[in-house]
Formats: sequence, C-alpha cells, structure tokens
Amino acid sequence: MSLIGALARLEAVESGRARPLATVRHRHLSPRPMVFVPLTTAGEAGAPLGALVGTGRDAPQLLAVAQPRDRDLRFAFLSELAEVLLPYLDGYADGVEPAERGETDPETGKRVKVEVELCADAPQLIVPSGPGIDFVRLLGRSMRFRRTAEQDPGTPYPAPPRVPLLGRWLTHYGERARVPGSSLLLAMTDLLGRHWATGQSRLEDRHLGALLAWIAPPEGGSGAEAALRAETERDREGQLVCPPAGPATDPAFDNGLLAPVMERYDRARQALAAAADGAAADEQLARLTSAEREIRSLLEGVLRPTWDAVWDGVDLLLELPEGPHVADRWKRDRWSFTGHRDRVRAGEPPQPRRDDAVTAARKLAARETAQAQLDAQEALDDPLVLAGRRLAGEAFVGVVADVTMAWSESKRPSPRPLLTLRTQDTPHLGSGVKAYRSLAGRPQSAEFVRYEEDGALVLRLLDRMGRSRDPAEGSVPDVGESVAWTLFEHDQRGGPKLPEPEDTPWTHGGPPRTDAESPDAVTPEDLL
Amino acid sequence: MSVADARLPRVSTSLDSGPPPQAQATALRRRLAALRGPSTAPRPLDARALAALAANPGCRRRALLDGAGVDKAALARALGSPAVFGQSQFAFMRGNAFEARVKAEGGAALLRLLGVADPQAALVPDLAAAGPEGRAARTALALREATQAGAWTLLDHPMLALQVAGSPVYLEPDAVVVHPGGRWTVVEIKSFPMLDGSADPSKAGAAARQAAVYVLALEHIAAVTKGASVDHSVLLVCPKDFSNLPTASAVDVRRQLSVTRRQLARLTRVGEIASALPDGLDFDMESRSSDELASAVDSVPSAYAPECLSACELAFHCRERARSTGAVEALGRAVRGELGGLSTIAGVLSAARGESGDPDDPAVVALRRAARLRAEALGGRATDDAVRGPGCR
Repeated sequence: MSLIGALARLEAVESGRARPLATVRHRHLSPRPMVFVPLTTAGEAGAPLGALVGTGRDAPQLLAVAQPRDRDLRFAFLSELAEVLLPYLDGYADGVEPAERGETDPETGKRVKVEVELCADAPQLIVPSGPGIDFVRLLGRSMRFRRTAEQDPGTPYPAPPRVPLLGRWLTHYGERARVPGSSLLLAMTDLLGRHWATGQSRLEDRHLGALLAWIAPPEGGSGAEAALRAETERDREGQLVCPPAGPATDPAFDNGLLAPVMERYDRARQALAAAADGAAADEQLARLTSAEREIRSLLEGVLRPTWDAVWDGVDLLLELPEGPHVADRWKRDRWSFTGHRDRVRAGEPPQPRRDDAVTAARKLAARETAQAQLDAQEALDDPLVLAGRRLAGEAFVGVVADVTMAWSESKRPSPRPLLTLRTQDTPHLGSGVKAYRSLAGRPQSAEFVRYEEDGALVLRLLDRMGRSRDPAEGSVPDVGESVAWTLFEHDQRGGPKLPEPEDTPWTHGGPPRTDAESPDAVTPEDLL
Repeated sequence: MSVADARLPRVSTSLDSGPPPQAQATALRRRLAALRGPSTAPRPLDARALAALAANPGCRRRALLDGAGVDKAALARALGSPAVFGQSQFAFMRGNAFEARVKAEGGAALLRLLGVADPQAALVPDLAAAGPEGRAARTALALREATQAGAWTLLDHPMLALQVAGSPVYLEPDAVVVHPGGRWTVVEIKSFPMLDGSADPSKAGAAARQAAVYVLALEHIAAVTKGASVDHSVLLVCPKDFSNLPTASAVDVRRQLSVTRRQLARLTRVGEIASALPDGLDFDMESRSSDELASAVDSVPSAYAPECLSACELAFHCRERARSTGAVEALGRAVRGELGGLSTIAGVLSAARGESGDPDDPAVVALRRAARLRAEALGGRATDDAVRGPGCR
C-alpha cells in the first residue's frame, strides 16, 4: 500500500467514514448489469445452495436447492440459472459494429487488416466479493465438461441441455476477471475497495457489509460502529443481522436454521416415496412443499441483504464520473466477449482443464501488459492516483518557465524545443531518461537534459510536433502552463512474439491435443 | 517422562543455577495451572492450534494463554468480544464421510494411492488403549513393531505425544503409513477438492502446517526406533474434482517443519512470560469478573494484526484494544510498514499536518509530502459523500 493510501485510511479512522482513493470511477459499469449473489453448501465443492440473480434491484430471481446432495436438484438449479444468464448473454451477441483486426495472412505471412464484427456492448456480471468470482470459476469448471443426453446418449447422468454452454461462459468470465482492469466480471468489494479507503484493514474490507458501513454510514453514526455491527451483531436466535456476502454461509445459519428444515424435507421425501395410498401421499407432498418453501424463504432471508448491498454499491459507484480511459479498457472487454461468442458459434470444444504452454504464456503476457496499461491509464485519468506516482518519483507536475526553440541536426531539421520546468516534485531523472505527457490523448515524449542551477529542470521535446520546421499549433506547451509528466510509458508494447500453439517445442510439452477433453468421472453418489 | 522429552530444549540446563530441570518444569506447570484457575482442566492443544501459533509468533498473550491451556473462546465470551469461529454440520458430515470412505476396507483406497500393489496384505494394528498416555504408548510400540516387520502397515488414528512448554500435548493424525523399508509417512485427509490436480493454496497450506506438527512428533519416536525414518513430505488426500473419489498429492513440509520447530522451542518462553506477570493475577473464569479478566489479559503484551481475526479467538478483543489506543497496527501490517517509527494514528496525522514530528526524520518528510500531494489532488472536493439508511436491516 502506498503512503498516500495509508494516509487515507488514517484519515478515515479520524473522521469515522471512508475517504476517497480515487476522484473518478476506474471501472466500467453497465447500465444493466447482471447481479449474481450465490450461496454454496459448506464442505462441498460445486454444490450450490441458492442464489439471487437479476438485472434490476427490485426484481431478483430466487433460485434454491432444497437438498444440495441430490444431483437432480442441483441440475435443476443450474438449468434455471442457465435460463436466466444465457438469454442475458445472448442479448448482447447480435448488436455488432464493424471493426478491424490485424491478422497474419496464412499464405503470405504478412500482417493484414481484416474486417470483423465487434459487439457494441457486452454483458457484465457483478458478484458481491472475491470468493464470488472464485465460485463463478468453480461453477464454470463443474459444468463445461458435462455431457447432455443429446451430445452423448450413453452418458450416465446427462446434464440439462444448456448447462455445459453456461459452464463455458462462466469459465470465460472467470478467466477474464484475472486480467487487471477488466470489467466483464466484477466483485463489489474489490470495486468499492479500489475507490474508497476505510478505517480498517484491507482484510476486513473483504466483508461487504462492513465496507459499505464505512463508505455510507447511517446518518449520525460513525463508520467504525456501523462496521462492527455489520460484522458481529446477532439477533435473538443467534443469527447474524448482516449475513456474510457468500458464497459461504454462516455456520450458525447452517446448524441452527437450515439443517433442521432440510432434515424435515428429507423425511417428507422418504415418506412420500413410501406412501401406501393417495391420501398419505397427499399429506407427505404437502409437508414436502412446505419444507421446500421454508428453505426457499430461509435462503432468501440471508441472500437479500447482500443483494441490496451490491446494488447500494452500484449506486455509490455511479455517483463517480467515469475515468476517460475506462471506455478504452471496456472495448478490450468487448473484444474478449466477441471472441468467445465466435468460438462458441464455431463449435469449438470447451476450454481445456489446463492451458497449453503457448496459451499460458500468452495469457500471462497479456495480463502483465494489462497491468502496466491499467497503472498508466489510472494515473492519467485521476490526479489522486497520479499523486501516488509523484510521491514515488515516477511522475511530476511542473510549470513551464521558459521555452527555447532548437532543431535536430539532420538534413531536414525537425523542431526539438527545450522546456524549462519548475516543480516541487522529486522525479527520478537522469541523463537520457524519457518523460511523457498526454497531448490530446496521445503520448508526447521528451528527454531529460539537465538541472539548472536554481533547481529547474530542462526537457527536450522529441515528437508530435508535425513535419514542418516549426512545431504545429498547440504541440509545445506555453510559458506558465502546468504540465503533468510521467516517467512511465502510456501505451504498453506487447512482449516478444510467441509461436503458434501447433509449433510448441517439445521442451514445453509439444503441440497441444486437439480432441475435446473427456468429461469428469461420475459415481452413483456424486457427493458425500 | 516420555522419550520425547529427551530432545526438547529446557528452560535451563546448567547444573549450578537454580533447581534441576525436572523441578523447574513442575514449577512451571504449577504456575500455569494457577493462571488457568485451579479447578479448570487445561484445554488440550491440538495440531491445528499449534500450527496457528506460527501465524503470529510475536504474540506473548497467545503464547501464554495457549501454554497455560486457557480456553480462549470462553475467555473471549467473558470479555464481551466472542469469537465467530464455528463449523457447519454439513462440512463436518462431509469431512467424516470422506475420511470413512478413504479408510474403508482396511484403507485399501489409501494404500493404493501410495502405490501399494496388494493393499489387503497390509497390516492394520489395533491401537486401542485406555487414555491418551496409553494410546500414545501403544502407538509407539506399534510403530516399532511395524518397522521391524518390514511390511506395509497402516496406523489408523494413532496417538502421538509432543512436549510443548513443559507439558505433553497429544496429537491424533488421520493416519500414519509405515513403508516396508522403515519409512513413516503422515497422511492428512481433507475434504476440500483437488481440482485438476491443484487445491486451494490457503487450505493446502494450513493442512501442511498441521501435518508438520505430526511429523515433528513422529521424529521424536523415530529417534529412538532402530531403522526408522520420517518422511518429510506428507500425503495429502482430497476428493478428486467434484467426485468423492480420493486422490493424493505428496506435500513437502520441510519449511513448515522448521518453522514449527522454532516456534515450539520459543514456547519455552512461556515460563519467562509468566514470571514477568504480577503476583495474584490469573485467568480463572469462575472466580474473576470480566473487568478483572480484562485487566489480566491486558497485562500480557499482545501483537495484534488483522490476520489474527481468522486464527485467534481473542482477536476481536485485541482489535478493540488496538483501535481504542489508536495503534496503526489495527490497519494492517502494510500500513504499519509505511509509517516508520510513528505508531499512533493521531501521531501520524499530526505529523502529516506539520503539528508535530521531527522535520528531519525522512518518514515525517515523506508523510508531509504525501499529505500535501493528496490534498492538492483532492483539491477541496466535497468531503462528505453519500449518506444512506442503515444497512442490513
């Protein structure tokens, strides 16, 4: 954590409410995000318990599993989830705009521009917290290798039709969430923690209720008290007033409320199966339905506060103006969505369990580039982020004190004006170090020349001044102008080119297998 | 005195200073019993608690309370800041069901994971005995016999003794397998999944720390058993992917082992910590009021960090104290690291505003620059943000 961030936390302790860490919003927020608040069964991998899902605050759809150990009920849940999520995802697949993409011509090996489609907007998933993102990934992994009866009539426990497809989409979203600055799948705690500093530690910020309590405490109260209440307050039955944001449930909820009802459900189901006549069956069916309804209302009771909290967070974030570079990063997200749409349409097999060497290296390189790009763009968009880089000596703001015209010593001299700047910052400058400023959204570079005796520094402007002998209008700052310079580049170049996956050398495992992967092994009792 | 004692460092081993070690250990035990309250049975330490000690080695409060066997959860309740730990019965049932499955039919599935060709031929000695001491002795005997027998042997829930701060702690690993060559391997069965060959790193890490404690206890027995050696990688058995089929992975615990060994050696400091306390002070929850308990707890220095919240029952109490004294540690170790020698929130803020602090101190200089840059960037932006109704109602 930077010193400026630490200072913001201390200020938050003193003032009793969260302090800003950003002056603009650094992530894209869709006007119609799909909020997904999942719950999982303790101790089981990939056994969802319930979820609230929907695109409107007032219209959440409750999905519940009355007995998570029952494979059919779990499949019913996933099928319902697919019914909600896939139409939402599909809704963005056909609104396209033309775009160009650089591709290598397979015959000539040259880079050529190709006309392709780019989705004009992309669907956005928001989950309450970091573990929610992990759960999306886990759900994706658990579904994408399933086989439906249509795909494979001999499969022992066929999945409902659209479940494997949903698995592939959730896997894609889970993978995309690993790219710094991406916004296809967001966790509310990460979003809020990026924009506000609370008076507690980063670890405690993972509690969505406590985090929100610091950012927007109830009127007249302090954030610290509200956060403590959110963390620990229990009602008379010993249940948390502010349930955890999931997907894990509170053990007291499992043991005190859920387990007894679930047991009643199981008993009614057994009795129903063993019922001798119609009257007895009707009675047991009524019991079964009532237990099921009770489970649903219990789950809704612990999901609803988190659902509301996520939407509160969305509202808070929408009050911040969007950073200028956010649209640029969202465009990359749209490319990512379009790319996966195309892979699904082309009938490609689901993402493999493990990436091959070339894909893994590409992903890592892409994430590194995205991280550097995010750092640069956030600093350019937000003076508060820039302040952190200035403190670290990676950027400075200086007032132009003098401009001296000079030219390069070539046959056709180009302008290379010398700028004298006064600054209170202490950038790490040495001979030949380059500095960059943003000129109409493009980076203009300069080179450090020397320090003057009075401490002012001299830079030589290097580019973006046009082709003529005299610099183009507005391309050289005027005397008295205050300019922000960074010592880091604004655009990131990709690393060295990697071979095509087919050309993976044997030292890295050789070319990847091309056949679709086999489904996971299943046993009659899948869980427990 | 068990064999394990032979290798543990003592508080003092010189002959001419003070009473002999045995007497000193007894004195310490008596002192700790007095701290706990004479009528209270010590809360037994398990491997999980021992492993958690390594999470915050600098905390004297935790070392003393654990060493004395004080029930920290009850103490936290008495102090009015109850811990929030608990286990869902679903997870509990799942864990037991999975372990039973792995060990069914004489541990056939488990032994197959170790590469045993004929699991049916493996020996599974009966380890039943009266009391933990009896079971520990029975386990040591079974280990000796198995090592001499030179055949695959599965010890289901053996009992191991480890001397911690002068008193024995009994530990019960899920299983120990003796190889024909005399090598002993600790088996840890967990119910979190191994997805495509990798498990959740934090859970796998906790399992490795726990298993390291068992390895340490086994090493004391192996030291006096001819032909025996303890494997420094343990076998972690987990469900494969989303099924309930077991899969296993060898986990190297050498690092955890050295950390635990160092921690346990330092636990002998418990005597030192106890002797620094004022006389007449104790943590007897039956006879002391919550105020008295609070002042007793406060007289033992702690080292609170937010990480404690997931590992120690007293964490909420310590956090409240850290917050009320304005300690910067309450905001996390990373914040603490940024602030140099300044340790209180009020002190840092007044230094940042130029009201106090040495202007030549580089930490103060950096702080003032940070405050200036932050104020400049915020540029008199409205400080009051949204106000919303009370949440979670």
